[in-house]
Amino acid sequence: MGMTMTQKILAAHAGLESVEAGQLIEADLDLVLGNDITSPVAIKEMEKMKVEGVFDKDKIALVPDHFVPNKDIKSAEHCKCVREFAHRNQITNYFEVGEMGIEHALLPEKGLTVAGDVVIGADSHTCTYGALGAFSTGVGSTDMAAGMATGKAWFKVPAAIRFNLIGKPSKWVSGKDVILHIIGMIGVDGALYKSMEFVGDGIKKLTMDDRFTIANMAIEAGGKNGIFPVDDLAIAYMKEHSRKTFTVYEADEDAVYDEEYTIDLSALRPTIAFPHLPENTKTIDEIAEDIPVDQVVIGSCTNGRIGDMRIAAKVMEGKHVAKGMRCIVIPATQSIYMQAMEEGLLKIFIEAGAIVSTPTCGPCLGGYMGILAEGERCVSTTNRNFVGRMGHVKSEIYLASPAVAAASAITGKISAPC
Amino acid sequence: MVIDMKAAKGTVFKFGDNVDTDVIIPARYLNSSDPAELASHCMEDIDKDFIHKVKQGDIIVADKNFGCGSSREHAPIAIKAAGVSCVIAETFARIFYRNAINIGLPIIECPQASKGIENGDEVEIDFDSGIIKNLTRGTQFKGQAFPEFMQKIIAAEGLINYINATGA
Repeated sequence: MGMTMTQKILAAHAGLESVEAGQLIEADLDLVLGNDITSPVAIKEMEKMKVEGVFDKDKIALVPDHFVPNKDIKSAEHCKCVREFAHRNQITNYFEVGEMGIEHALLPEKGLTVAGDVVIGADSHTCTYGALGAFSTGVGSTDMAAGMATGKAWFKVPAAIRFNLIGKPSKWVSGKDVILHIIGMIGVDGALYKSMEFVGDGIKKLTMDDRFTIANMAIEAGGKNGIFPVDDLAIAYMKEHSRKTFTVYEADEDAVYDEEYTIDLSALRPTIAFPHLPENTKTIDEIAEDIPVDQVVIGSCTNGRIGDMRIAAKVMEGKHVAKGMRCIVIPATQSIYMQAMEEGLLKIFIEAGAIVSTPTCGPCLGGYMGILAEGERCVSTTNRNFVGRMGHVKSEIYLASPAVAAASAITGKISAPC
Repeated sequence: MVIDMKAAKGTVFKFGDNVDTDVIIPARYLNSSDPAELASHCMEDIDKDFIHKVKQGDIIVADKNFGCGSSREHAPIAIKAAGVSCVIAETFARIFYRNAINIGLPIIECPQASKGIENGDEVEIDFDSGIIKNLTRGTQFKGQAFPEFMQKIIAAEGLINYINATGA
């Protein structure tokens, strides 16, 4: 029986010729990731284990990004715990403030994740690296601890859903609209336990940043991972960013999929997820009423890349945010921040009345740097609009693309870019 | 506290679909990893009285996709430290499922039980057989029995203790 792309990567890492959905396997890990929220719990667990240090100091990435620069004393203690662990174990890829970024933007940029890898991360958006043709999935802190100690993790081989993308997206339609459309279609548990495999000629019309955004939000459909075939664009990205050798796996012709969908990208419209679930989607044309907005956030592991910054700047150039609007722009890594500066994008944001923050996950999960008060409404390029996610339980989050977010910042209500 | 892996018995707190880890333990409390402190905010954003009402041994029953969202292990840690002896749901989000087993919180997927149990019911669970008894309504359901290794992980209070104990 044929294997999907995900199944082939897992088989290779388990030393097996073939695997099938439902099979339990133990796989070798190419990278184990943690952040300042999840790593302290993992470190405490690992210290209980009867092991000497980590399995490979080059194959662990520790990225304090959620509550850094340290937002309070407790966060500072967590970061200190991670920093000291990294030092004690001589972890090669520990990223201090100043060299860091939001983990899922940072790791591909630093060349730490490439096609064919198996990556676990104690962060649910670890599925992002599927954009490069890697198998990557989110786990908890205990799995991270066991992974750091042994370099292995057990998996149940996932079944798959195939999304055949065709056509070319229109001007203001981006990867965010594609994935919101899909989540709206299949629901927040539509891909539960499964891999989401994106194929088709439409992929050629998607930038790497679009693909990272799509793979990033596979978890919002319950997916175990999201994955793209490796094409020339992905290879060029990896050659530019990484010195690691990569392996290209292709799904077999007779691979088995539980479900298949065809999505015509040319038919998609800017799409917004209404409170309080990413599946509550409407296209911009379906919104008849004015929806006033208090805050706009442009950033996160979903949409904080240079392509996102460019689109937002294009919409905001020469304009000013609405009176009373708080617009927060967060380039996802130091390198993106620098590039946005060199391209004059930061100037556009600041002249438009937005603020630009150092890389942090802060507002996305209601940590800091843009918390919402009771009754406030935010259009955000982040990934979750659950109750209380960005602040007060009676605040509201509308998930959208950078183009829609920027346009909404200018008008003060949910708006289409023009 | 050592969980008796043979059975659990308690009063049910019932929740709906898609209970996410942000409402189980809001991120504003993730600057702590202390189980007791996390427990004191457990379910706060969906039921602010939960933590004042829950008693040792009580049971959470929910509909589909329980534990969706963030991978924070703090979520099952908070539930367990709040005294909850088992979570029953129609389905669980996969990272939560893994995390719950890994930290030794018993969880059972059972769509029939999820439909047939209401808030406040008294429920008894036999983990060996997977039998869930609704004592209030006199009904019973068959959930998936825990395989032996999972029972051992839970009895050992989590994967790491289990690995240490077995030398695996």
